[in-house]
Amino acid sequence: MGFINKISGPVVIGEGMKGSRMFDVVKVGEEGLIGEIIQLKGDLAVIQVYEDTTGLKPDEKIETTGLPLSIDLGPGLLGSILDGIGRPLPYLATQSGDFIERGIEASSLSKEQEFEFKANVHPGTPLLPGQVIGHVPETELIQHKIMVPPDKEGRLIEIYEGVHRAESVVAKIETKKGIEEITLSQSWPVRVPRPIKKKLTPSQPLISGQRVFDTFFPLAKGGTACIPGPFGAGKTISQHQLAKWVDADIVVYIGCGERGNEMTEVLNDFPRLMDPRTNKPLMERTVLIANTSNMPVAAREASIYTGITIAEYFRDQGFNVALMADSTSRWAEALREISSRLEEMPGEEGYPAYLSSKLAEFYERAGNVLTLNDAESSISVIGAVSPPGGDFSEPVTQNTLRITKVFWGLDAPLAYQRHFPAVNWLTSYSLYADDVKEFYLKVDPQFPELREKAFALLQKEEELQEIVQLVGPDALPEEDKLVLDTTKRLREDFLQQNAYDKVDSYCAPKKQFFMLKEILEYHEKLMKDIKQGKKLSELKDPKMDEKLARMKYDKGI
Amino acid sequence: MIKEYSSVTDVKGPLIVVEGIEDVAFGEIVEIITADDQRRLGQVLQVEKGKAVVQIFQGTSGIDTLKTRVRFTADTMKLNVSPEMLGRMFNGLGEPIDGQPDIIPEKRIDVNGLAINPFRREYPKEFIQTGISALDLMNTLVRGQKLPIFSGAGLPHNKIAAQIVKQAKVLAKEENFAVVFVAMGITHEEAQFFRNEFRESGALQNTILFLNLANHPAIERIITPRIALSAAEYLAFEKDMHVLAILTDMTNYCEALREVSAARNEIPGRRGYPGYMYTDLASLYERAGRIKGRKGSLTQVPIISMPDDDITHPIPDLTGYITEGQFVLSRDMQHKGIYPPNDVLPSLSRLMAHGIGKGHTREDHADVSNQLYAGYARGRSLRDLVAVIGKESLTELDLKYLDFADTFEHEFINQSYDEDRPIEESLKKAWQLLSTLPKEELKRISKEFIEKYYAN
Repeated sequence: MGFINKISGPVVIGEGMKGSRMFDVVKVGEEGLIGEIIQLKGDLAVIQVYEDTTGLKPDEKIETTGLPLSIDLGPGLLGSILDGIGRPLPYLATQSGDFIERGIEASSLSKEQEFEFKANVHPGTPLLPGQVIGHVPETELIQHKIMVPPDKEGRLIEIYEGVHRAESVVAKIETKKGIEEITLSQSWPVRVPRPIKKKLTPSQPLISGQRVFDTFFPLAKGGTACIPGPFGAGKTISQHQLAKWVDADIVVYIGCGERGNEMTEVLNDFPRLMDPRTNKPLMERTVLIANTSNMPVAAREASIYTGITIAEYFRDQGFNVALMADSTSRWAEALREISSRLEEMPGEEGYPAYLSSKLAEFYERAGNVLTLNDAESSISVIGAVSPPGGDFSEPVTQNTLRITKVFWGLDAPLAYQRHFPAVNWLTSYSLYADDVKEFYLKVDPQFPELREKAFALLQKEEELQEIVQLVGPDALPEEDKLVLDTTKRLREDFLQQNAYDKVDSYCAPKKQFFMLKEILEYHEKLMKDIKQGKKLSELKDPKMDEKLARMKYDKGI
Repeated sequence: MIKEYSSVTDVKGPLIVVEGIEDVAFGEIVEIITADDQRRLGQVLQVEKGKAVVQIFQGTSGIDTLKTRVRFTADTMKLNVSPEMLGRMFNGLGEPIDGQPDIIPEKRIDVNGLAINPFRREYPKEFIQTGISALDLMNTLVRGQKLPIFSGAGLPHNKIAAQIVKQAKVLAKEENFAVVFVAMGITHEEAQFFRNEFRESGALQNTILFLNLANHPAIERIITPRIALSAAEYLAFEKDMHVLAILTDMTNYCEALREVSAARNEIPGRRGYPGYMYTDLASLYERAGRIKGRKGSLTQVPIISMPDDDITHPIPDLTGYITEGQFVLSRDMQHKGIYPPNDVLPSLSRLMAHGIGKGHTREDHADVSNQLYAGYARGRSLRDLVAVIGKESLTELDLKYLDFADTFEHEFINQSYDEDRPIEESLKKAWQLLSTLPKEELKRISKEFIEKYYAN
């Protein structure tokens, strides 16, 4: 136990702290505010506090819990909404009402909720770390697997089927150290990646039903993507669309330093929206972490670790998990704020020099893996980045680009025209296109070919636009006029997608292919006629235009 | 227990350092009595054993290191609130300046407020009709939203804000409303303009004014919006009122923040503003909203004058990342004589989608607004083309779009300061405009609405 020596915003320096360990969770002051040790200097410990420090005084006590910042993992997580350090917000509301007060302690799991546990191993079985010993039907679709914690192994002595709560003992094993208990839930330190057997190369795309992502810049299951864009370009809507429609088993959505009302929107929409594949409410597969911009900055720093630890826990059960973090810039700013309070030597734009290694560590926790229990599963991470002034040369965007393999660059001019999703097709890229080609060939053998073709047309448009800017559209040869006509169609009828339209919000890969094919076949047909000497203006067919434009709203395709 | 010290050791910019202190809390409010008996207020910014750094709201001139006394009040910044505050005028520290007696407090609340639990928020979706087409139809304001006006020096942001206050109503509802007006570093004349407008429209008795004017201490501005928003929250969430808070000018607030940060030798972020400015601004803007089970709402319209009209400047930039959209004014439109001189393309209302359509405004609202955006964007880009190659090489359709953009600006966006245009009227004007384009160009509007509203 120590005492407060100094308070500066979210950073508190404690003295008499000898013996406490780096990253241990401490309780600061009379109210017991939750904090974490982030530096040790002799007798002093630097603590970042996850709650507002107003009112703290020097000489108030500091107690260490002797444990690192951890989260309880187990049945009951799905559908929950947690704050940055894993406290359920509905529980906080029962404790302090509509506003969040300080010093409330809470487990991420309900202590009362009961689950029916079924075993699938018998006493006497030797158990390895991570091995599945039984399951709990958490939702109609998700069989929550109960595993031996990754740091335990031994021979199963007893196992108790039946109704249990999160903290109940469900099995006893004999380890080298003696008899140990396995509870329904397990605790894990958020800053430590959960172990796996090995990483595998991603091979399946993470289908999102968004045409520009799936067709042009696919993300693989187990891959990493980055969505940077200025404000108003639609980062959050893109993230919401992904969270709604990706074909993952579990979605972890981290609202990191963003708007309160946006989290409310997710909370309102998800229980009502149905997963197109399973017809069950989306909330049943979702875990939300909400640390809005006015909640304490240190908890924002922790929120992405809380989120990815939950993702890893479900991955270990053999599920494909997709994690969205909106926005990683706010997390980086939290790092910067704390770093500057520690008076560390700043790197670029005041960010700490370790920004890039911290980002890399986080994205490295994604991947397609073989779990300890030999399941193949994945975590895909999609991080939104909010570059100041929309300038992608800033450190967070640049450091993120060095790690992630998909770049979905959002663009203000497109957003101003209400071209949504405002993904710039000329600057965006995906390095997974070849890894996941197999899937698209199965949708249709022509798919990759058409994709290339459409892409080439869009590239060509860029060149032609420059000419038009100089000499006007009339001076172009008829073939080029047709290219502009087709690319306009590609932009408006294919790339643009209306997130608020019931039908267009989600577009299956088959329909994506069909739409692309129709547009390009029409292009070919007109090209043939033009080559025979006809003019584009003569060939214009408003009915066909209309038909192509309405494809996206057509339920039947 | 109040402790008094006369051990000021350093004075620097807006900060003083006091030594030999005991039992002082972070964030505590401090009274300073100078050698010539002037009283000032300050707040503890950093505290360690035996030493505190205090920020003085009214500046440090006249403070010495010998005779100045420092009194620690053992309390954080609090505000006395009561419904009596309506119709009254206060300074930047929340003290009455209208010559009337102090209010009898019903309650004393902490000005820093607490974060609303996101789980307890009610999603804002009640349409506010402002009578301004550029807002109502294109960037709809809803109750509980924070929608800033991004403006520049010399642009009529004050008139727009005053017009919003004057005309704002929720259709088919009579409810308690209140205005909280927060002046930070604006001129006396500007503040007077607002008072006069509020008086004329009869809003004054429902208004609380908090004035920190240009000649008032700059550092006081840091606390002014917190005080004002505490009063606003009290009215909204405890007195069931629909509160509209006008905060002007946030740029002055941010400058004050920068001044304190510089005096503390903090590592500056972009353009010298502190790295925590995002978090700091969020702690103000996020106080807007609605709460489940409570009737009232807190809507914010902050005004930001963008230095050099630069939307990428840190102040508008960080604001845009927190607020639910932005209403951008442009000098070009001002030069064309259009009021409100709104550039709709970079403007946005993020909460619009749920506040419009059937049951809120009209079924076709979303489609119409999308189509206007797309058509106007096309017209604008054609203007650039015409500047280079002339009108001659444009197609007939292109010419229609050019006209569309002009008419959009002059007939649709343009209106007078006194014109209160109902939403039906805005929609009617929109359809007149859209009907100048061929039907098949209206790709963003669903067929049934075209059948119903297209004017030929």
